[in-house]
Amino acid sequence: MEAQPLGRIRRIGFQTIVRREFGRIIRIWGQTLVPPAVTAALYFLIFGSLIGRRIGQMDGFDYMQYIAPGLIMMAVISNSYGNVVSSFFGAKFGKHIEELLVAPLPNWLIVLGYVAGGLMRGLLVGAVVLAVSLFFTHVPVAHPLLVAGSVILTSVVFALGGLFNAIFAKNFDQISWFPTFVLTPLVYLGGVFYSVALLPPWAETLSYVNPILYMVNAFRHGFLGTSDVDPGFAFLIMGAFAIAMFLVVVVLMNRGTGIRE
Amino acid sequence: MQALSIRGLTKTYANGVHALRGIDLDVEEGDFFALLGPNGAGKTTTIGIIMSLVSKSGGAVTVFGHDIDRELDRAKSCIGLVPQEINFNQFEKVHTVIANQAGFYGIPRKLALERSEKYLRQLQLWDKREHIARSLSGGMKRRLMIARALVHEPRLLILDEPTAGVDIEIRRSMWGFLRGINAEGTTIILTTHYLEEAESLCRHIAIIDGGRIIENDTMSGVIRKLSQETFVLNFRCPASVVPQLPGYVSRLTDDHTLEIDVTREQGLNDIFAKLSQQGIEVVSMRNKVNRLEELFMRLVERKDAQAAGG
Repeated sequence: MEAQPLGRIRRIGFQTIVRREFGRIIRIWGQTLVPPAVTAALYFLIFGSLIGRRIGQMDGFDYMQYIAPGLIMMAVISNSYGNVVSSFFGAKFGKHIEELLVAPLPNWLIVLGYVAGGLMRGLLVGAVVLAVSLFFTHVPVAHPLLVAGSVILTSVVFALGGLFNAIFAKNFDQISWFPTFVLTPLVYLGGVFYSVALLPPWAETLSYVNPILYMVNAFRHGFLGTSDVDPGFAFLIMGAFAIAMFLVVVVLMNRGTGIRE
Repeated sequence: MQALSIRGLTKTYANGVHALRGIDLDVEEGDFFALLGPNGAGKTTTIGIIMSLVSKSGGAVTVFGHDIDRELDRAKSCIGLVPQEINFNQFEKVHTVIANQAGFYGIPRKLALERSEKYLRQLQLWDKREHIARSLSGGMKRRLMIARALVHEPRLLILDEPTAGVDIEIRRSMWGFLRGINAEGTTIILTTHYLEEAESLCRHIAIIDGGRIIENDTMSGVIRKLSQETFVLNFRCPASVVPQLPGYVSRLTDDHTLEIDVTREQGLNDIFAKLSQQGIEVVSMRNKVNRLEELFMRLVERKDAQAAGG
């Protein structure tokens, strides 16, 4: 074989990882794309239509409109995380991670490939949940760039989180522990269903420690133009998390943690 | 040019096991090289280090002049690996497994699909291309891994027990295929527990045991070191007593079959002459065990005895 430029190998290698991850999302659409639509429809039906009418307005919007960005973001977070943790751990478990490890691809590129997979699923599911929300309510878009920026950064952060979890996981219990006991509580307490201004002062202060609060509010600001936090500060936090987690995950991969003996 | 050069390679696992204790090994370009050893000898660890699946503790490895510490991606692009255990995504289609692997080596999709067809046809898997990989038989899965390893047309192919659990018909067809790609210039390193396979295919051999190379020579050179072989002779007519063969150790296993130990200094013509004088006609003859197997066992047993003796 003629020696190919490494740049070309990396470009095609990255495209192949992305293609494979996209193929996986589509192949198991019953597990990836349908459940978030059903869950979102139930949330809108129960919290929006039934309970929401009694709650009235929040920050000047119908309750259904208020929770729509949060519900979309909740789906993006769990699916970006879930896609990477299950795909990477599945590859470790089935040993086909070795297909990538023996290939002439640097670890940072493999990380980017998996993150792109998580981002694709996050955005696809986000679009599905947005479509569902449009059946129930009108969702205005005040700042499209804020919407795009916050959803992409959040998805990247949680795709990296899924990879971090999968690197250390030794069995299937260990890939469900973090989403169940850490991620879900943080999402529910991250302002998806309420404005933190409604909380007692101590709970409001505590809420600002939760990074998901910034993600949900930046996203909501993009749609509704209202937020509990400064959107600029929220982007700073999201960007810092994305860079820090990328570096940590690449270092772990380079050290061979969880993947090499 | 050397396809592979290993110097002072050591590996100590986290549990303290010394898997490799300083290995030196050279494989010339175009060679068909056997790396043999008992279970746990260090074969798979050596291959794992070459492929960067295992981190080395010390030493140096170069592949076609590319040092794996400095030019890992260049080194890896020269190698195709057929691992011991099935390690493709069992939920993907057969041709997807091949085309994806090509992509990981930088082969554009169109060419990857053409190569996928070429190697799936050569390994008689083309009619299974749309099947989910999990549904293939054991022999087909082994052949799929060979096709996958070849799709980027590597200069060095490493096969870690590629015919384990494969029936003899498929094994022999795989031998023919491997001889063909070696004749076209691909260097091949083979580990196997079928010593007949190694003897039939390989021109050079290294035997590894306890993390050390205990033999490294041409196949014919290694075989010549065998000081004694045991032959099994089959007689046309039954023999009631052991034939008179002075200077030889022999025994009748049944009235038609004689086992005889022959040293390197002795000759078979002399045995046939003596049997013929006694009116005994030999209709067939074979080695009692494969010659390489006999040598392998003696080398490993000798090393074990030395270890036991301190």
